[in-house]
Amino acid sequence: MNGWEPVIGLEIHVQLKTRTKMFCRCENVWGEEPNTRTCPVCLAHPGTLPVPNKTAIEWTVKLGLALDCEIAERALFHRKNYFYPDLPKGYQISQYDVPLCSEGRFVVPGPDGDREIGIVRAHLEEDAAKTIHVGGAAGRIHGAEYSLVDFNRGGTPLVEIVAKPDVRSGEEARRFLQLLRQTVIELDISDAEMEKGSLRCDANVSVRKAGEEGYRTKTELKNMNSFKFVADGIAVEVERQIARYQAGEEVMQQTLHFDPQTGTIAPLRSKEEAHDYRYFPEPDLVAVAPPADMVERARAEIGELPAARIRRLEAEVDLDLAYGLVTSGRDALYARVPGDDRRAVANVLMNQLAAAGVDPAAVDGAELGRLVAARETIPRQTFLDALGASADPDFTADPYLAETTVSDAAALDPVIDGILAANPGQVEAYRGGKEGLLGFFVGQVMKETQGKADARVVNERLREKLNA
Amino acid sequence: MIDTLRLTAEDAAGLLERGEASGDELAGAYLDAIEARDPELHAYLHVVGEQGEGVPIAHKDVITTKGIPTTAGSKILLGYTPVFDSTVAARCKEAGLPILGKTNLDELAMGSSTENSAFGPTRNPWDPERVPGGSSGGSAAAVAGGLAPWALGTDTGGSVKQPASLCGVVGLRPTYGTVSRYGIVAFASSLDQVGPLTKTVRDNARLYEIIAGQDPCDSTTVELPEPVAIPEGEDLTGVRIGVPKEMNEAEGIDPGVSASVNAAIRLAEELGADVEETSLPRSVDYGLACYYLVAPAEASSNLARYDGVRYGHRAAVDGDLTALYARTRWEGFGAEPKRRILLGTYALSAGYYDAYYGQAQKVRTVIAREHAAAFERFDVLVSPTSPTVAFRIGEKAENPLAMYLSDLLTIPANMAGLPGLSIPCGLSDGLPVGLQLIGPQFSENALFRVGHALERALGFDFVPERLR
Ligand SMILES: [Zn+2]
Repeated sequence: MNGWEPVIGLEIHVQLKTRTKMFCRCENVWGEEPNTRTCPVCLAHPGTLPVPNKTAIEWTVKLGLALDCEIAERALFHRKNYFYPDLPKGYQISQYDVPLCSEGRFVVPGPDGDREIGIVRAHLEEDAAKTIHVGGAAGRIHGAEYSLVDFNRGGTPLVEIVAKPDVRSGEEARRFLQLLRQTVIELDISDAEMEKGSLRCDANVSVRKAGEEGYRTKTELKNMNSFKFVADGIAVEVERQIARYQAGEEVMQQTLHFDPQTGTIAPLRSKEEAHDYRYFPEPDLVAVAPPADMVERARAEIGELPAARIRRLEAEVDLDLAYGLVTSGRDALYARVPGDDRRAVANVLMNQLAAAGVDPAAVDGAELGRLVAARETIPRQTFLDALGASADPDFTADPYLAETTVSDAAALDPVIDGILAANPGQVEAYRGGKEGLLGFFVGQVMKETQGKADARVVNERLREKLNA
Repeated sequence: MIDTLRLTAEDAAGLLERGEASGDELAGAYLDAIEARDPELHAYLHVVGEQGEGVPIAHKDVITTKGIPTTAGSKILLGYTPVFDSTVAARCKEAGLPILGKTNLDELAMGSSTENSAFGPTRNPWDPERVPGGSSGGSAAAVAGGLAPWALGTDTGGSVKQPASLCGVVGLRPTYGTVSRYGIVAFASSLDQVGPLTKTVRDNARLYEIIAGQDPCDSTTVELPEPVAIPEGEDLTGVRIGVPKEMNEAEGIDPGVSASVNAAIRLAEELGADVEETSLPRSVDYGLACYYLVAPAEASSNLARYDGVRYGHRAAVDGDLTALYARTRWEGFGAEPKRRILLGTYALSAGYYDAYYGQAQKVRTVIAREHAAAFERFDVLVSPTSPTVAFRIGEKAENPLAMYLSDLLTIPANMAGLPGLSIPCGLSDGLPVGLQLIGPQFSENALFRVGHALERALGFDFVPERLR
């Protein structure tokens, strides 16, 4: 960065998985036939009125508490006015100067310790409908032949979280998002799936000289739909801005789109450019006063937050493994698995057990601990088979532990010799410099021994014999 | 032979109860009257003529009725047939009141003469050269002209009270929040209320009883603190009546109007009321100006949904989205909605919000406090409903400000969310004069009581002289 500091402010939208929409009783579901989940209210027929979804309010309060926010005693809904076909009323019911949650913070453990990211606000609003532009360039309305609107998503509850510009790198943004996602999943209020759009992230990016006061011009990176794209997009934009400043050029305020395929950034023709939204308090709704018992109930439902668990785990494994365990929801099982080699336990959980696709919640920790402890002494295939079965009811490690690896050189040498004798051509090639053929010989031995040979010993013996 | 000009809704109910007329005969008498006189009056936009066993009713055409076109007097809603009933229409249906038809109004309830209707003006049954008032002019004219035993209107700045006054009938604007707005084509959400137009105060109380009460579809409604009492007494002993100086001496009040109102006030005294002068200086000084910021601001947002995308008028446009919006709205809205959309958009714009909309909301609080202070000393405040009797068609059509002054005396109580009852109290130049009774929140029963006693003592003949 040679003296430049990135300044990143994240705006995250979380779609709540309430049974019904925010202001009507239509079912809140994803992936149904277009325009089958609509009613006069969410289609903005004349005279219809919004009725707030109490669950959505309670869940927003719960999320606000998890973000250490202050909960407003009387929050207000406002109208955000603009014309677009995805907005049937011509305004979106959102929140403005008195959101449900404000002034919070979210701790993101990082390589240099905990980073505290300020939360400006978390507010509740209704989502827009989905527009599909047919013909023209890249699914944009500009130049489209015609556009279709699917109102199924219109009016579904959405929480917008605005973080302070405290994030300092694309990687940190990714960690922030992963933790936030895990938090809303544990609160059981959203699917938070970026591919489906139930978790969306925009980033305001600027850079400044280290030690510089104030902020320079920022750009807005829109709709990055995976954690990796968030990290990559921000990194690319930060580099672009630094390069401009270093070339003596300015950075223009604009909305940008990151193309993950090419790794490039291009300006986005946006419906939201230079708008005056004419916010005013929504006269069809009264102030939202979350009752004290509701706030307390919500508070009681919040468990230990992912960040705190990562901090605990980091002492036993490392930061990446700790993130992996916690943000994959595997840390509860990790805690139930005994064993002195904690890194080994974590690695098995994150790699082989994850690959086996079993439900971590159904696994008996003690039995899994026995397997992990024996992972070097039983055949690899046996180990993997055991992991695959570890979530079965009444699973026990015993039959798998009975099968031991053949690591005795005396037992393996005849097999190895046989293999070498049967493949003179390959032996010749190896000795001629094609050392990559070692894997071939290992594979043959494993096949011969039905996977029971100790791979380390086989490797050693093969090298010795081939190099002799 | 049923004399629909003379028959009150209670009379009509009596005929049905005693079996002296069937529901069909009763409705038939009104349909005959409509056929005879509506070509001249044009009180109705659609005659429906439902069959039923109850006292039939007419609905202002902003009241959404399932399966019956609802135009709000605007071309923008041509071709729109609602798929649901407004709460008030549903309650009337449950009470067994068949719909005679939908009545004319100023376009989107914006106006004070019904001349702004996109479908031509309604004429005053007392003098067809004159307006019936507005915006609920069709409903008022229908009741006065014997074309409906009772009708519903809506009142934002005086749209029930003022036409009741000009047509010599009884009109109630209820306390904000007592009658559901669900299914009422919205003009200004924080001011709109549905109210009954009837020949007598007792009829009015009966219709109010049918429509009032909390509605889960309208978050701004509340449960009535006490049941509706149908008024019976004829004395006013102990009733404290305040006469706000500014509202009774305002510039522009016709001398004939003042004379009738003063006579009614003296009569109240004779009936035992304590009458005393009082003052509401700021309410009258600022009420109108404040109203013409708040109402257009909300209207500019409420009317945004008429974009030609989902229902109603859509301009034949080959071109882009903005052109579709612009052309549709240019063709669909008349001059008055356009004027108010512009006013309201301006009042909400960035940089002007605080000075206009924000300031108007503060003034609104001042007006409410001023009224609340007056109601510490008085049960009811009285004034003329309208400064003038019915004016000539076309007389104010070219001068919006002169037209706006028609609501000078009805607006202050509306801004404060207070109920107001207009009862006819005499004639000036052969045209009806209305007396406005204003009470504190939820004082409808007191207004009915005072209105009923005065109505009996005044002996006003609600049948237009030329039709007797
Ligand atoms: Zn809906």
